[in-house]
Amino acid sequence: MTIDLLLFRTTLVVYALATGLALTDILCSRPAIGRHSRILLWSGFSLHCLVLVNRYLATGFLPLSSLHESLSFYAWAIIGTFLLFHMRYRLAVLGAFITPLALVLMILGSTVPMASVPLNPSLQSWWLPVHVGLAFLGDAVFALAAVAGGLYLLQERMLKKKKVSSLFYRLPSLQTLDNLNHRCLSIGFPLMTLGIITGAIWANRAWGAYWSWDPKETWALITWFLYAALLHGRLAIGWRGRKAAILAILGFACLLFTFLGVNMLLSGLHSYATFGTP
Amino acid sequence: MNFLVIGLSYKTAPVELRERLSFTSGDPGAVLRAITALPGVTEGMILSTCNRVEVYAASQDPAVGSIRLQRFLAEHHQLDVAQLKPYLYIHSGRDAIRHLFRVASSLDSMILGEPQVLGQLKEAYNQAESSCTAGPVFNRLLPRAFAAAKRVRNETAIAQHAVSVSYAAVELARKIFGDLAGKTVMIVGAGKMCELAARHLTGQHIAEVLVTNRTLSRAQDLAKKFGGRPVPFPEFPLFLHQADIVLTSTAAGGVLLTRAQLEQIIRQRKNRPMFLIDIAVPRNIDPEANNIDNVYLYDIDDLNGVIETNLRERRKAAKKAEEIIDQEIIRFYGWLRSLEATPMIVALRQQTEAIRSQETAKTLGGLQHLTAADRRAIEALTRSIVNKMLHPPITALKRIGDDITGEIYLEAVRRLFDLKSDSQQTKPDPLDEGVDSTQDITS
Repeated sequence: MTIDLLLFRTTLVVYALATGLALTDILCSRPAIGRHSRILLWSGFSLHCLVLVNRYLATGFLPLSSLHESLSFYAWAIIGTFLLFHMRYRLAVLGAFITPLALVLMILGSTVPMASVPLNPSLQSWWLPVHVGLAFLGDAVFALAAVAGGLYLLQERMLKKKKVSSLFYRLPSLQTLDNLNHRCLSIGFPLMTLGIITGAIWANRAWGAYWSWDPKETWALITWFLYAALLHGRLAIGWRGRKAAILAILGFACLLFTFLGVNMLLSGLHSYATFGTP
Repeated sequence: MNFLVIGLSYKTAPVELRERLSFTSGDPGAVLRAITALPGVTEGMILSTCNRVEVYAASQDPAVGSIRLQRFLAEHHQLDVAQLKPYLYIHSGRDAIRHLFRVASSLDSMILGEPQVLGQLKEAYNQAESSCTAGPVFNRLLPRAFAAAKRVRNETAIAQHAVSVSYAAVELARKIFGDLAGKTVMIVGAGKMCELAARHLTGQHIAEVLVTNRTLSRAQDLAKKFGGRPVPFPEFPLFLHQADIVLTSTAAGGVLLTRAQLEQIIRQRKNRPMFLIDIAVPRNIDPEANNIDNVYLYDIDDLNGVIETNLRERRKAAKKAEEIIDQEIIRFYGWLRSLEATPMIVALRQQTEAIRSQETAKTLGGLQHLTAADRRAIEALTRSIVNKMLHPPITALKRIGDDITGEIYLEAVRRLFDLKSDSQQTKPDPLDEGVDSTQDITS
């Protein structure tokens, strides 16, 4: 087993353990276990950083070219974002919902070919890390927004139905979840916008056109419009709570399709990152 | 020395009798000293709350002690013992210790997990200490009871979540708004319940309280109480959009707020959430309002439902708490035994060393031809034989703290080696000014 594979698998296992503990914490209300989960998550994240550094050293560019690398990077960005937000806002409970998401991405990542793809010369430039990195960081922040949205809907439903439970008391308040939605949006949206703009500039350099309406670009634009609508609704119309939560979830679904669905179902210029052999 | 408790509580006695027996008036120190003045009673403590009156005592003979305490309890309140007896419970030894631990942990309370009783018990203990009626038994037992209560509180959900209407309202408000600082509360009507809920809410650094009532003077009174602003009753809907939390409890009001009205208000508030608490019967707010986005309407039944769920959770937690109490009792006994084991080990060592040195001296006296080196060798030999032989029993004694059958070992060692318990007096234990009393708390 290569160092690369070993590191990746270990990271996967550590994330799986952290997920298990976080879920136990929530389902059996054992906050002490939750703390262990976070320690594991930090270790998993550090290992994951090593995975990325190791790949970078081996290939000479940021590992973002194959589907495996994209999945792994996205999972890394999600965990990193969560840990950052947790440090700032103490949202331990979110961990039980965000770590499974990252874990699924990692498992997906381990089922596709792991070999790093020799990069097409036309794509070899520092625009690659800038464009893809920005896009994924934005996506990671939106993943958090979607989880917050899901929890908001859950909590709101329990409040309306007047059904309290131990889970109910563990969830953050509606206001906190709504604030999180707002913050994620105001961080994620600029990131995503920059991701698309840098992509367009890079496309012009590499392919000779800013925008070619290939499926990935089209779906990215649709996603961007969804989030733009949400941001507008929040700032101008005073949308909040339920509506904002639903839109954050819809936006995330759209985003996931842009990332994975497009690769599987549609082909286009971005099709280097497919499930088959590259 | 035995630990015992005699008393009555809401479980065994009606409130009239509990009132009659309460020790809240008079000089508590004098009463405590009167208890320890009873023959055979060495320590005394009184826990007197509205739900229970209990006398804790240390006594040489629990049977006699309990009879004297019963008589004291009756005579102190000018009652007849026979009248009192059917309502009393009497525990001694392990049962009394368990009772104390359960009371401290609020497992015996009317409202499971309520926090006051621990404070009352601490106060009772302080009183006993300052009146010099607490001795080695209490000083050992009470800190353990407090520690057990702390463990129960930290490790179970027994004290979590509101079990009163007003606290439940505050807790729900926090689930909606997070922090209540800076929120505005409006109080419509001035019922007792409303006042209580308002008091809990205003304890949360809220920004403003608006008070309205059909009689303006009542509103003004209440507003003054909470540092709020009175609002004339006919105009109160005009102020509603400012309120994040609305409490209604006008008795003869009927429906004061319709769904359509509230829909408009929530639009005016730009969808900022509103928490409506309607504790009036008949209800003041159209129940349909709960279906409006960002409006959360709870009536008295809803709040009671929440409390019922919370109580159920507490009862579930109580099972776990009982297990903790069991563990703490075992730990307590283990600790007591280890206190006993230490002096016993010393006694055992001293006794064998005395025999060894005496016998060696006798033998060496008849062997004058030996060189000094030979003598030292023989001394060393005998010493190492004794040490080797004592090693297993001493190791076992050191471990008995963890063992439920530890008592048997202590007794066996005492008998097998014919140790006198008074041999302990020669080595004072820092933890302990009356070692022999420890041995018997357990009996």
